[in-house]
Parts: sequence; C-alpha cells; structure tokens
Amino acid sequence: MSAVPDTFFVPKGVTRREFLQRLQAMGGLLLVADGLQIAKAADAPKYGAEGMPHGTVDNPLVFLTIGDDGWVTIVVHRSEMGQGVRTGMPLIVADELEADWAKVRVEQAPADEDKYGNQDTDGSRSTRHFLDPMRRCGAAARMMLEQAAALSWNVPVGEVRALNHEVQHQKTARKLSYATLAKRAAKLPVPTPSALRLKTSGEFRYVGKGGVPIIDGHDIVTGKAQYGSDPWFKDMCFAVIARSPVLGGSVREFDGEAAAAAPGVQKILRMPAPVAKATFHPLAGIAVIANSTGAAIAARKLLKIQWDDGANGSYDSDAYRAALQESARNPGKVVRESGNVDTAFKAAARTIEAEYYIPHIAHATMEPPCAAARIIAGKCEVWAPTQAPQVTREDVAKHLGFPLENVTIHVTLLGGGFGRKSKPDFAIEAAILSQAMDGRPVKVTWTREDDLHHDFLHTVSAEYLRAGVGADGKVSAWLHRSVAPSLATIFAPSTNHEVGAELGMGFINMPYDIPNLRLENPEASAHCRIGWFRSVSNIPHAFAVQSFVAELAANANKDHRDYLLELIGPARKIDPKSLHDDWNHGESPQRYPVDTGRLRQVVETVTQEAKWGKTFARGRGQGLAVHYSFLSYTAAVVEVDIDDQGRILVPRVDVAFDCGPQVNPERIRSQLEGAVIMGLSLAMFGEITFKNGRSQQDNFHQYRVTRMSEAPREIRVHLIPQSDWSMPLGGVGEPGVPPVAPALCNAVFAATGKRIRRLPIRDQAKRA
Amino acid sequence: MELQINDQRVTVTAEADLPLLWVLRDLLGMTGTKFGCGMALCGACTVLVDGQAVRSCVLPVAQAAGKKITTIEGVGSTPVGAALQGAWQEINVPQCGYCQAGQIMSATALLQVTPQPSDADIEAAMSGNICRCGTYTRIRAAIKQAATHVGQTK
Repeated sequence: MSAVPDTFFVPKGVTRREFLQRLQAMGGLLLVADGLQIAKAADAPKYGAEGMPHGTVDNPLVFLTIGDDGWVTIVVHRSEMGQGVRTGMPLIVADELEADWAKVRVEQAPADEDKYGNQDTDGSRSTRHFLDPMRRCGAAARMMLEQAAALSWNVPVGEVRALNHEVQHQKTARKLSYATLAKRAAKLPVPTPSALRLKTSGEFRYVGKGGVPIIDGHDIVTGKAQYGSDPWFKDMCFAVIARSPVLGGSVREFDGEAAAAAPGVQKILRMPAPVAKATFHPLAGIAVIANSTGAAIAARKLLKIQWDDGANGSYDSDAYRAALQESARNPGKVVRESGNVDTAFKAAARTIEAEYYIPHIAHATMEPPCAAARIIAGKCEVWAPTQAPQVTREDVAKHLGFPLENVTIHVTLLGGGFGRKSKPDFAIEAAILSQAMDGRPVKVTWTREDDLHHDFLHTVSAEYLRAGVGADGKVSAWLHRSVAPSLATIFAPSTNHEVGAELGMGFINMPYDIPNLRLENPEASAHCRIGWFRSVSNIPHAFAVQSFVAELAANANKDHRDYLLELIGPARKIDPKSLHDDWNHGESPQRYPVDTGRLRQVVETVTQEAKWGKTFARGRGQGLAVHYSFLSYTAAVVEVDIDDQGRILVPRVDVAFDCGPQVNPERIRSQLEGAVIMGLSLAMFGEITFKNGRSQQDNFHQYRVTRMSEAPREIRVHLIPQSDWSMPLGGVGEPGVPPVAPALCNAVFAATGKRIRRLPIRDQAKRA
Repeated sequence: MELQINDQRVTVTAEADLPLLWVLRDLLGMTGTKFGCGMALCGACTVLVDGQAVRSCVLPVAQAAGKKITTIEGVGSTPVGAALQGAWQEINVPQCGYCQAGQIMSATALLQVTPQPSDADIEAAMSGNICRCGTYTRIRAAIKQAATHVGQTK
C-alpha cells in the first residue's frame, strides 16, 4: 500500500470546527477519517454511538414510566420512517423489563439530545447503537421493581423475580404487580451499569422473535396516525413557496399583486436571501400564505418572479455526464493501492474495461417535505417529520434568533425519509413563516414538483473499471476509478473529492482477493444540492463492481456465482484499516472487520434458495450481486422475464441477509422487501436531469417509481440466523438496496445478452 | 356548500374549484387523506365518491357536493373496509404508512366490485397507488386475505 487517502482536509472558507460540527450534525455519516484523525491526536477514538454527538443515555427514568394503571410508557427518541424503530426500540426495553407487551405504549421524544442521547436517525444505526443502552434501561427498571418488592415483603432481593409485569416471591407464593410497585421503585437508586443483570438471549421474550404487530398499525390504517403534514389548528394558515429553480439563485424582482388578490390568500412574503453554503438553509423564494394549501398552490401560479440564477444556471446534466466520464478515463487521486498494478496489467493475458454511469436520484418520499410551526410568547413549537431532531432544533433557533430552550421540535411520523428528511430546510421555513405571521400556526407543504426540483439529490457518478486477467480468467490487476460530486459540498462547496464516508461505501473497502490493485478518485464539483439517499455511495459503487464482476465471469466463460466466490477468496476477517478505510461506518475496526466468510455465506445462501443455475426459457434469466454495506452482508438474485418489446417483468427476487443478531426479524424482512422495490425503481426509472440549472422532472409521470404492476409478485428474504448476542449488530435500513440494480442488470444480460452500463434501464433491454 | 362525508352532513365555505383534498385536510381538519402529487398520479389522496375510488387532489369540491364521500376515517364502518383494515394489521403491511390510507380506499373500491380478485385484478386496481417504501407484496396478500374473510362472513 503506498497511497494514503487525503481525507484530512478542511475546505476553504470553512473553519475546521464548523466543518466538523456540520459533518457530525449529519449524524456521523461523514465523521470520516477527518474527524477520527483529529480525535486520535487528542484522545482515543470514540466508536459507534459514543462517537456521535451526545452519545447515548441509558437512564430508565428518562425512557420509561409505569402508571398506576400498570401501563408502561416507553419513550422512543429515534424517528420512525417505516423502518420500525417505534416498535423495535420499545421491544428491547420491554423485554429486559419483563413487561407485558400488551400493556406497553410508546411516546415520541421531542428533540433533546442532552436528555436522550443522539437522535440522528440515519446511517442504519438506531438498533445498532441503542440495543445495549435500551437493554440497560429495561434491566435497570426491572431490578428497581424487584428491589421495591423485596423491600415491601422484607425479603432478600435475591429471592424475588420479575416475570411478565409482576414481581413474584416464589417461597411464599406472593405477587405484586408493576402498577403497585412503580411509585416505590422510581424512588430507588438506579443500579450502576456494572450491577446490572441483563437477560441471557435464551430469556428473551420478544427480542429476536418477531410476531409483534407494528405499534402504529391501527392508527395508520384508520387515518389517525400523525405525520408531519397532519398538525391542524383552527387558526392555521397554509403556505407554499416558489423557490429558486437553481441552487444559489435569488429573486431579482417579483410581482405578487395577482397572487395576493387570489381567493383565500393572506400574505405574500419574500424568503431570506440564499447563502453560499447550502447546508440546510431554506432556498431563496417567495412564499404564498393562504387559508388552504390548495388556495396557496393556485395563487403561486400567479406570481411573476424574475430569478437571478447565479453560478449554477448553466448546469446541464448531459454535459456534466460527459465530463464525469472523461474524468473517469484519466488518472485521479489514488486512494488505495497494493502490489504493482501497472506491471500486472502488462503481464496480463487480457485486459477488460467497462464504464458505468448512475444519475442523480430523488428521494420522492410519499409525504413530500412539510412542517408546521407556531410561536406563542417567544416560544416556538415545530411539528416536523425530521430524521434529525436536534439539528432541526438548533437550525430553527438560529434562524429565529431564539435561545435553544425556546424551541420545541415535536417529531411526528415521517411519511418516508430515505435521508431527505435529515435536512430540515422545510422545518426552518415553517418557523420563519410563523414568525412573519406574528406567531400564527403555519403549515408549509412542498408540492411534488417542489420536492423533485429542490431535493438534496443522490450524487451522480461515473465509474471506470479495468481488469487484467490471466489465461485462466483470474483477475491479476484491478483498476477502479469512481468520480462523483460529494455530499460534503452542501457544507463546504469547494469539496471536489469523495470524502471518507463515501469512499468507505463499497469502493475503498472492496475486500476481494486481488494481488495488484489501484483505486482512484478524480475530481468533481457539485451544481445542485447533493444529499444522502438510502445507502448513499454504495449504489454506484455496488452497481459498477457487481456488474463488472459479472462481465469478467462471462468473459472467462465461467459461472458468475463460482467466479464471484473465487474472487472473494477464502473466509477471512479483514481489518478495514488495511483497506485504507479509516471510516468503517464510525465503528471500531476490531469489532467490525470485513468478514469475507459472511460475504461468501450470503452468496451461497441466496443462490441455493433461488435455485441458481436452473435453465430458463428464451427471454428469461437470473442475475446475482452481493454487497457489504452498513456492516451487513446482502446478496440478491433477481429473476427477469423480458418480452420482445424489451419490457422487463421481475417475477421473483431472493435476498440473503446477514446483519448479525436480529432484534425484530419481521421488520428486517419488511425493510429488505422495500429495499428490493426501491432498488428496482432506481434501476428501471430513476433519473433527475438538469438543463439550465433546473431539474427537468416535475412529478411522478416524469420521475417514475415502481408500481405494483411492475413489482415482483414474490420477494423471498432469507435471514442468516445469528444467535450469538455478543456479536455486534449490522445496519438494516439501507444495505438491502445496493445489490438490487446490478443483480437486475446481470439478469437482463442473462436473458438477452444485453449489458446495461448506464442507469436507468428504461427501454435498454429492447432487442436490437 | 353542503357535503356528506362518512354519513355526516358538513357545511363548508370554499371556492367551487378547490380540490376536495384540501377541503378535507385544511378546512375540515380531516387529515387521514394524504397529499402526494396533486396530479392524480400517486393515489395517496384516494377517497370514495358514491363508492368509486377518486383522487381527491384533482376533484373540484363542487363536483362532490350531493354525493356520498367516504374517507379513511369512515371506511371502517363498512364490512369490506373493516376487513381490509384488519388484514392490513395482521400482515403488518405498512412501513412508513403514509400511502396506506389511499391504498385501503382503492382496495375497498376493488373488493366492492370484485369480491374475489385475481392477481391481475389487484394489479389493475392498485397500480395507481404508489408505495415508495415498497409494501406491494404485502398489500397484495392483505387484499386476498380480506377478500377471503369477507367471503366467509357473508
């Protein structure tokens, strides 16, 4: 290894402190080598939850109460966006507490990281980071209840035992309910962590079992569930905003007369000026406030606005694609190197190269960004579907000029998140508009057009791969260049390389057994807001690597599965640092090595379950891909059925998944089912394009997503059982997505002989 | 104007061309019906008007006057709606849940006309409803389960 990744940088115009704060505010996604190297200089690096702002809290008095009626109320401090955290987190507490799940209710925490610990719900880490603290909460409360019962009966605490919502004294056949004991127990000291007696996994009542209905199921199906769009007050007013269509643009002049005269309109307002760094700042624009969202939308059409586009007004995604591809064909910053690639290429029997392209993708959460706010006596309340409650609170306070304690963020259910709702521009807008309306409750709604025009988009990427192979088809040399604008550009616009967290998503940490290897990252600049989209840079990296491996296998005339397993090599645990991955998802390299044995196992499992190698009729076939991300191992086999017009049907998808021990297997399955659909969506249709700095897609007719008629009728999820609870957890929400697109394209190749190197597929499967 | 929503008479003051969705959500505070696209492309806003599944984001409220409007808040009082809500919970269909009100309304309209739908019937009736979380296989299973349940209790 010769090259060291240059992730230790602070872009111009940003103080290091600010840079780190903003990166940390992103929820450690970018804690990267940068932050870790600074930490190393000062003190030992902090990993996992303790490396996140405000770390963890495990005090049962913060997270749970038991009422006189016996009902246990458990506080959830992470945001629910469909991943099941409002069910899974309380399940852990309830299990250790020996509570009866039928007597548990859940309360959502407002933003308050001092009290609850880190609340940034992204990076596939809620359960990974909070399994242990939540277990300690439940266990501590259980022991306090036991202590209270022992005191009541005047018996040694060792003789009593909590069981299913009551404490028993077997010797005397006495019982006391949690309801009876709660008040006394709450006054006892909380046991120290070293005194805690955690359950053995054999004693788990709910954890790892599945079979528990989701906590909000009834409210959702009856229309009672409260999303960010749902707060409602009698004196509420409703806003939409015409925002600058170009990043960094501003309002030169506007005529709001006709809009102001439209039915129901209450006010036309200019939003604050744009700032150089996009961060989560609201975009420049004109707000229309009316007595209904519908009236505001109608009136907005009457605004006459002249925009100053600024520097990004010429952004054209076609020209940009060509430039990225050209960059990928030329040497760039070396981020990892081993052996001697150039010599190995010269010695290779054959050289194979391929280029891949993955466009911008929009999150398109079903609930577009939205929030409500009101201000009473100098105190602001915001109702927001936010993945980043604390960041939302800090940013709202800053924009209003309020002290933090005068801002309350009520975290609602999120109608989809996928990373979009980590950026609280919509909540800041609501607060600003309420302030402008003298504190009246204001609800801001983004229309779907607003959402697709002003998203923090998934990056766009060109990937170039070249392999030198021997006469036996084995890879002796590997060159991979990845070039994509970084999401760090929203904090530091001059960033022109992928940062550590992006490199560490399936690029730099690629664990294959290849003797001579060089990975390069040429420069790229950003011209729209780049954000993190479910599974982030793993999408382009997995697409390129997994497509290329299939190409190499085909070229060597070998079975893809066998070839892939040979490339992965024997089972071994690789130190991420030896791959120059100093990020490692913010986790300890000792606890979380890259385990090629587990990578092999998901490949073997999914191919066995999907009956890999069976013969298909004309136009049908299977494709395979595997990817390690968010500390979990995922492999997928996609089956396609392609008609003469090139229309792709996907009858069945198999996924094998290893995330370590599973807290709520039922929700893990649902996450993987959903990841398959999202992966198919982006592979088939997902693309946002730009002309003159403006996003060209307005609504779902132009930005298509998978519908039921296009979805697989069968998705089979095969969870790799892991019963050792000392094993660290992997992520769940994101790692299902990356292998889907390459597995689909590999299936298209198997069925038609057509190789898809550019996403989305659209009609590329049409026979020539 | 007077509307009949979930068997209740309601008086609202609204422009005739204001979409029904915003009358429900903003003027009446009935927020179970969701906004997703404003162009009848995603189905999140689906309600029943005289039993037909309608995208309320594009339906001028005046056109709903004098007709029976059923929303997610009221559909549980019908046997089909209740069966679907039950099946949805038993199968744990929702992830984020935002689109599910619209999904259930479309499924209600389907089962009222086609009590035992085939896969193709389900796809035809449900493909106007987008679920970004990707719960389609469970929606399909829940519709079949509800259809069986309604069939057995008849």
